[in-house]
Amino acid sequence: MSRREALRAGVRATTPVVLGVVPFGLVAGAAAIGAGLSILQAAALSVVVFAGASQLAIIELLGRDAALVVVVGTALVINARMFMYSASLAPHFLEEDSRWRALLAYVLTDQAFALSVTRYAEGLEGVERKRWYYLGTALPLWVVWQICTVAGALAGTQVPAWLPLGFAVPLTFLALLVPAVESRPTLVAALVGGGVATAGVSLPFNLGLLVGAVAGVVAGTVLAERGWGDVEVGH
Amino acid sequence: MTTAPDTVVWAAVVLAGVGTYAIRASFLFLFERLGGVPSRAQTALGMVPAAVLSALVVPAVLAPEETVVLLGNDRLVAAVVAALVAWYTESILATIVVGLVALVGLGLLL
Repeated sequence: MSRREALRAGVRATTPVVLGVVPFGLVAGAAAIGAGLSILQAAALSVVVFAGASQLAIIELLGRDAALVVVVGTALVINARMFMYSASLAPHFLEEDSRWRALLAYVLTDQAFALSVTRYAEGLEGVERKRWYYLGTALPLWVVWQICTVAGALAGTQVPAWLPLGFAVPLTFLALLVPAVESRPTLVAALVGGGVATAGVSLPFNLGLLVGAVAGVVAGTVLAERGWGDVEVGH
Repeated sequence: MTTAPDTVVWAAVVLAGVGTYAIRASFLFLFERLGGVPSRAQTALGMVPAAVLSALVVPAVLAPEETVVLLGNDRLVAAVVAALVAWYTESILATIVVGLVALVGLGLLL
């Protein structure tokens, strides 16, 4: 497989996934406008942070005038999962030039990670081929994400008042939450996280969200370490 | 809705962006030194999506105005319907559309 073939194979693998992020990107753009951000700020958020769930959380919290430390802290907690992705990809790129690594890190997403490590496990050899396959999966996602958030932001200025678009944000999180609950510990993490966050909903600076998230992670981790994770909830 | 001031918005964009980049780059640059992720940290990171997403969703559905409302809560009904759609279709688009239609429809009915 040549470099170009590796790139093309990555693009082919990512195409259905790219279509899936379109509505998510539109919501991220429209929600930013709904929360009072400018189009420039909405676009900057997508370029600088480039991580959908955390962007929506940032928007939601900024719209509620939360404290800066809570906004940033929540975003980083959400994105902490990418430590795992970075660690899983790293052995494949030990011989990679650091400038390439810097680019690979910037475009790292759930989707690019999942598609690439799956393909590597099936036997894609060589750091160059791995790099181009990864970029093939990652770059279309980046381009489409930027276009969709700007389109969503432009459309967001014209949303009719009767359409409760603000509700699209929790609905998007819900669509991501359902498949994330895949075992008993993750179910408990979700129940405790949601319950504690709701109980703490009137805490200052929107701290209830962070407290709930941490409580959920601790509860789920304790259960998983006691071996309760063996039962899959599954479909 | 009280929106954060401009300086806070820009500070959030920059700080969240820098922090997120540091997370993405972490092991790609420091793998040799850090080895791998300790297994306990892996377990905890595996709980993050469920815990955080639920902490975002549940209060937004049950207590949009900072008071928990169970009876006559249109958002709760719409969210339950949307959750079923998410379960069966695994489609973000379908979940959003059905959830919004349900919420608008309930508002028109009652």
